[in-house]
Amino acid sequence: MDVHSPRSLAEALALKAEIPDARFVQGGTDVLVELNFDRSRPAALINLNEVPELRGYGFEGDTMILGAGLTYAEAMAAPLAGKFPALAEASRTVGSPQIRNRGTIGGNLGTSSPAGDALPPLVIGDAEVCVASVRGERRVPISDFVLGVKKNALAPDELVVSVRMKPTGAPQTFMKVGPRNAMVIAVCSLALQVDRERGELRAAFGSSAPTVRLVTSRIDEADAFPARVAEAASPIDDVRGTAAYRRHALRVLTGRALERCFA
Amino acid sequence: MKISLTVNGELRETEAWGGESLLYVLRERLDLPGSKNACEQGECGSCSVLLDGTLVCACLVLGAQADGHEVTTVEGLADGDRLHKVQEAYVQAGAVQCGFCTPGLVVATVDLLEANPSPSDDEIREALSGNLCRCTGYAKIFDAVRQAAAS
Repeated sequence: MDVHSPRSLAEALALKAEIPDARFVQGGTDVLVELNFDRSRPAALINLNEVPELRGYGFEGDTMILGAGLTYAEAMAAPLAGKFPALAEASRTVGSPQIRNRGTIGGNLGTSSPAGDALPPLVIGDAEVCVASVRGERRVPISDFVLGVKKNALAPDELVVSVRMKPTGAPQTFMKVGPRNAMVIAVCSLALQVDRERGELRAAFGSSAPTVRLVTSRIDEADAFPARVAEAASPIDDVRGTAAYRRHALRVLTGRALERCFA
Repeated sequence: MKISLTVNGELRETEAWGGESLLYVLRERLDLPGSKNACEQGECGSCSVLLDGTLVCACLVLGAQADGHEVTTVEGLADGDRLHKVQEAYVQAGAVQCGFCTPGLVVATVDLLEANPSPSDDEIREALSGNLCRCTGYAKIFDAVRQAAAS
């Protein structure tokens, strides 16, 4: 298995166009598990660690651009934690310090797991995913990006380059259910935002449907919101929990998240 | 493929298969078996090393990704026969039972104390949350971290 380590975005995209079956690897927290357990043998690996364009974050007007290589450790630290509190809280629940130092939001999008912890905060934040290939760049609304369990809108030659999201200043939070605080794949998770200016509640849940789903409501209907969020889920029974428990937990989490954001 | 990396201050060169982890490179190619191989999925922390000064699980880094970078393993902490103060504290506190998790915990503790020289118990708990010990129940490990912080 060849490993290519491109030094620029253009070089990375040219490699992917040339070898569409190659697998991108950035933090390695998903890809290396597959390799270690012999679950996949991609034609080649394209190591993104040396691509500077994917790192860091910046502003474009009032929109923030988060590089796909942004780690959870970076997302949970200042100044990003102040801009996107739910993303910071979600990042803090990912794995362990070792995992948060390596895992990235671009990787979370690339994997497109319904349990991806960064996804609910991106959904309530109405994020846009910027993808690129040798054919050019395009922006995909987050709700159109993840299409199913580990399925997304990326073409074989495309790469997630960045995420665009506006900090609103509206109170928001993230909550996750699991057997301990660290090293947990969400039994279910919830990001919630109370936007008083727009009079809107926005919630997105993880691990309770094939994709992360958005539920919105008028702010004056907050009392009915926990039940609405629970109803919008279509959870399954699996090793981490039952469908009935997930639905119940989502109702409880939504109530708590509302309390926290209205406080 | 050929990779070259600086391990514990020494430039090392080795052949590696593209799909192999940094952990495999360290243990099987470079004769550095201090970092332990257990879960191979980032759950147990026994392979914790510093990559360019950042705490990572060596099992989740490609050997090829370490090409041109600096790695510090548990073998690089002591100064000759003189143990690192964190290692000394683990010995003094009796924080080692079977010893399998110890290299990873020691490296994680060194990383913690570098960033936060006097951590609270909650901060210790969070910093070591990616390192599993199935013998000690963690009480002696906490004693060791507090002792190292105080020394």
